[in-house]
Amino acid sequence: MLTQSLFYFLSFLAIFSALAVIIAKNPVHSVLYLILTFFAITGHYILLNAQFLAIVNMIVYAGAIMVLFLFVLMLLNLNAETEPQKPAYIKIAGVVSGGLLLLVLVGALKTVDVSGAGGTTATDMGLVENLGMVLFNEFLLPFELASVLLLTAMVGAVLIGRREA
Amino acid sequence: MDIALLIEKVILISVVLGISLVTAMYTTLAERKIAGFLQDRYGPNRAGPFGILQPLADGVKLFTKEEIIPREANRFLFVLGPSLAMLMACVGTAVIPWGEELEIGGRTVSLQIADVNIGILYIFGVVALGVYGIMIGGWASNNKYSLLSAIRAASQNISYEISLGLSLIALLMVTGTLSLGEIVEQQRGFNWNIWYQPLGFILFLTCSFAETNRNPFDLVECETELVGGYHTEYSSMKLGFFLFAEYINIFVASAVMSTLYFGGYNFPGMDALAQAGVSQNWITLIGVGAMFVKVLLFIFFFIWVRWTVPRFRYDQLMKLGWNIMIPLAIANIVITGVVIWLTGN
Repeated sequence: MLTQSLFYFLSFLAIFSALAVIIAKNPVHSVLYLILTFFAITGHYILLNAQFLAIVNMIVYAGAIMVLFLFVLMLLNLNAETEPQKPAYIKIAGVVSGGLLLLVLVGALKTVDVSGAGGTTATDMGLVENLGMVLFNEFLLPFELASVLLLTAMVGAVLIGRREA
Repeated sequence: MDIALLIEKVILISVVLGISLVTAMYTTLAERKIAGFLQDRYGPNRAGPFGILQPLADGVKLFTKEEIIPREANRFLFVLGPSLAMLMACVGTAVIPWGEELEIGGRTVSLQIADVNIGILYIFGVVALGVYGIMIGGWASNNKYSLLSAIRAASQNISYEISLGLSLIALLMVTGTLSLGEIVEQQRGFNWNIWYQPLGFILFLTCSFAETNRNPFDLVECETELVGGYHTEYSSMKLGFFLFAEYINIFVASAVMSTLYFGGYNFPGMDALAQAGVSQNWITLIGVGAMFVKVLLFIFFFIWVRWTVPRFRYDQLMKLGWNIMIPLAIANIVITGVVIWLTGN
């Protein structure tokens, strides 16, 4: 079946490029793999009938945030030689905390009941109209709060970035 | 999916791709001819009558030039850069409605490759990704001028994307849909969106110039400061791809502007023709012609501006983007909202 093989291909691509993000020595390569990861996730959203989410994921993450990442990395011009080597205990601490997070995720997902998933995926579920209706009727307050939060973050960034007069 | 639909789409994709490549090819000739006219000289006139074979000669020249990859360059990304630029330039044509439906042997053929219900966002996504070719190529060249150019491209792209998006929001408030097919359908006859969104159109036009890296916003390849910009180290067809992608981008930007603001395939008097008994196929074909006339006029405008307006300074570019364009775009949204509320629809 086409959908299923697409799903396996996209999953393989997502996991492979996500691993490559942390394995790659060159930071610019890492960012490029991260872009690939976002594309794979965009593909997953399309498979789940969430077209709006898919395209917004592509515009915001792959198109804007990753351009900024790449911009900063190019400006710093980091490469494998100039990358500072972290001491061993930090690496071990990183591995341990990452493993703990994995344990928590696995533990949380083990008891999840997946039988209900896939039953509610009507083809028009992810359209902009339906998403807008839900956001501005049921979830109006959280939506507005999220925008206030973003605004606060933006003001904070401007304040920090402002040159001292 | 039935096989006839598949064949129909493959043919349509090939035709649209072919037309965009040929148009871009002849835009290079038009650019040089118009530049010649504006500077009071003949343009290229050696290859064929009126220089009509010049683009072919250029193509052959670029293909047969020596291919140089700098030793310190990142080989894979160096090749990926121009390929991505070309790819991202070509995929934008997929959602543009080139005409109404054609009746061929009892089959209704829509002249739009994919009428996705998020067409505008798709275009916006393609624009957002378009800068990667330049950035990757510029970085992989391992040349300081290329790197500076790549950084300029990134910041310019991000800055103008904001006002591009904001000017589109005002348009969406008027049309109430994200589907390009429906937006064109609403502009039937002479009911074009430009009458409702004049300021939005000017903002969109300015942003298109910035996003396609055209003069007066071509700081990315400003040769007085950056040698050749991001393509300093490129030679042969890889250079050709970068230059060619710019012309395809102009074609796509022109098509998008015609679709969003100038009615796409609609032309005044199309309903009168239908009432006079002209068959739908002829009206469709005239509509496709009208679309292409609009696109060609926009391409001419791009060229005209390039040879008329001097290049901005980089700080002026940023100031225009952030201090003038974005406030204007937000004001446009507010005005549109108030007018929609007052007129009550």
